Amino acid sequence: MALETALETGYGFWDPLVWILAVAIAAAVAYLIWRAGEEGYKRGTAQTEAFLSGNVQPEKGAIHVRAGNLYWGFLEALAQYYRRTVPVHTGVLNDYVLWFLGITALIIVIIGLMP
Amino acid sequence: MLYNVPLITVALLALIGLFTILTRRNLVKILLGLTVFESSVNLFLITLGYREGGIAPIYTGAPSPFMVMPTVQALTLTSIVIGVATSAMLLSFAIVIYRRYGTVDTEKIRRLRE
Amino acid sequence: MNGDLIVQNAPALLIAVPLLAAFSMPLVGRISRFARNLWAVLAMGFTAFFAAVLAYAVYTTGTVIYVFGAAAPHLAIPLDSGGIPVRIVFTVDAMGALMELIAAIVGLSVILYSLAGDSGRSRLESYYTLFLLMITAVFGMVSTGDLFNFFVFLEISALASSALVAYRIDHGRAVEAGIKYAILSTLGALLVLVAVGIFYGQYNFLNIAAIASRMQYTLLDEIALALLVGALAMKAGAVPMHFWTPDAYSMAPSSVTAMLVVTSQASLYGLFRVIFSLYNITLNASTVGWIIIVLGVLSMVVGVTMALPQKDVKRLMAYHAISQTGYMLLGVGVGIAVLNDPAALSAFGFTAMSGGIFHIFNHAMYKGLLFLTAGAIIHRVGHQDMNRMGGLGHTMPFTMVFFIIGALAIAGIPPFNGFASKLLIYESVFLFNPLLSIIAMVVSVLTLASFVKVFHSIFMGPRLPEYTEAEEVPLSMLVGMGILAAVVIVFGIFPEVVVNVLIEPAARALVDQGGYIAAVLGGA
Repeated sequence: MALETALETGYGFWDPLVWILAVAIAAAVAYLIWRAGEEGYKRGTAQTEAFLSGNVQPEKGAIHVRAGNLYWGFLEALAQYYRRTVPVHTGVLNDYVLWFLGITALIIVIIGLMP
Repeated sequence: MLYNVPLITVALLALIGLFTILTRRNLVKILLGLTVFESSVNLFLITLGYREGGIAPIYTGAPSPFMVMPTVQALTLTSIVIGVATSAMLLSFAIVIYRRYGTVDTEKIRRLRE
Repeated sequence: MNGDLIVQNAPALLIAVPLLAAFSMPLVGRISRFARNLWAVLAMGFTAFFAAVLAYAVYTTGTVIYVFGAAAPHLAIPLDSGGIPVRIVFTVDAMGALMELIAAIVGLSVILYSLAGDSGRSRLESYYTLFLLMITAVFGMVSTGDLFNFFVFLEISALASSALVAYRIDHGRAVEAGIKYAILSTLGALLVLVAVGIFYGQYNFLNIAAIASRMQYTLLDEIALALLVGALAMKAGAVPMHFWTPDAYSMAPSSVTAMLVVTSQASLYGLFRVIFSLYNITLNASTVGWIIIVLGVLSMVVGVTMALPQKDVKRLMAYHAISQTGYMLLGVGVGIAVLNDPAALSAFGFTAMSGGIFHIFNHAMYKGLLFLTAGAIIHRVGHQDMNRMGGLGHTMPFTMVFFIIGALAIAGIPPFNGFASKLLIYESVFLFNPLLSIIAMVVSVLTLASFVKVFHSIFMGPRLPEYTEAEEVPLSMLVGMGILAAVVIVFGIFPEVVVNVLIEPAARALVDQGGYIAAVLGGA
């Protein structure tokens, strides 16, 4: 049943307040689970350091996965697509204008020809 | 035929302007092409304002009370003023680019791409 | 009595106040820094106030007309002119009022933001002058009822915004972006002028309502329509005419970028105004609708896929701006495609349009917010390269929270506002063509993916040694971002109220061409 706050989409409805209530309940459950966990955690001791099979922890800057390395696999999988689209963005002004005028001309033709 | 001469001029000027913008690699020439295209648009507007036997709306000594509204003339003046401002700004951009990049070749002014 | 006077003259004041403030800015700037900042904030505050008053008047009493130079502001047709509107008329209907609200909210937060964010730069008077000119241009574009006037404001916006894009110079790179943007927008504006000339040659009018009432849809009108669609879609950044967008958005100062988004959307508004108010049912609706839909789908897909591999944080966001523009084009395009079919229009076309228009509003808010957070990060870090960022969540918690809000909203995650408008678009477009709806959802997923990348690489990770002294940005920048974040959340939690009160009247005003004409020409 749609409440007063629900957004009718013509297909169904969407009520953010119900959604927020659900998230709040989920958060409460998560909190209860978290509270049942281990309490003997001490800050600043060797306990908090990452354990990398006994190896020395690398420097701060080396741990962080930088932006360029994220989604490497995705970009590699779509390499065919990117090989075509990226070079189109040439940065040459003449090409920019050519695309603009070309598409405008195409729109003229389409609108003019269609009955 | 004679009536179409201004319109033919408009088309020619527009083509010259667009051709210059599309094919020249020198930034200043591109700006000149833009100005030529702009002139063609201005000429187009003025051409539209022509009415056969029309009288300029200058009230003192007008032979008849029926006069042509000077709308397009006003539009063209506005458009010319805007065009001057645009050209001035674009040329000053071109100067800055020449100073920083040492070139006005559009094939080389492409540090921003992808 | 006094209140009446303000309401009556609000459309003129909207233009006059920022214009006056802009040109007096260099003088006021000579007094002191404080005076200059105060002057800018006051000007923007008053403008936003007039925009709110005007929007309230429009939403309660209907379309507001303001005739420049007439004896009374609503006298569109002089008594001795024989039924011809000769003067410049501002026609603000619900759609225009919505755009004015957008410009007012974003403009206000950007001014507050730039008080601290740009204080390190010299000669800020010219910055504020140009910025207020840009505001003027946006208000002019969305409220004018005159085609030539629209061209003039389009040119003002092009001049002011390209000057602002080039403002930082940045070893010439910003100027490169500025000149590309300026040349393309000048060319686009000239094509608009050609279209205006074609209309004048045929109908002897410049007033949109007067032309609309006599529209024949001849071959010349078709050419004019194509020129307007091409030029305005280019200005809005639709693929494949989007090439200037990443350049200009990434090189402009961040506060300006937030406003550039609004300028692009004013062009989008122009596009919709031309299609709906000028042509409406005379139009070959399905052809034009499909052109807009194809532009929209291309923008969505190419925008988001180009965004994924970007390294420059603002360039990435710029590609997302293109992608989101695709949603608006898709939503409203579906509305155009079924314009001649009342059954389909009421079944899903109208909802799709509401979704598209709601997305315009939402996009301006969350995209403005995201660009402002990007600006805050750049303000502290000193460069835009995401590969060299990391761990900033430790030192900039508020910026991080604002970024999360903006990122979740753009990815369409409930309960933020982006979800509400995207839901409207998905479900109504699904009824029109399921494939389009699926593409839109996939694009949304990719958007989320690329913002996870941005979030991870900027805020997550250990505190990096090179940014140990980075700290939270000044209060006024946070206030600027806070306004937009608040709007994003409130509009996400109460979408139904917003759609009923703001969006549906705007969509109805667009569809209802007769109402628009009658408002100017009077019942005819």
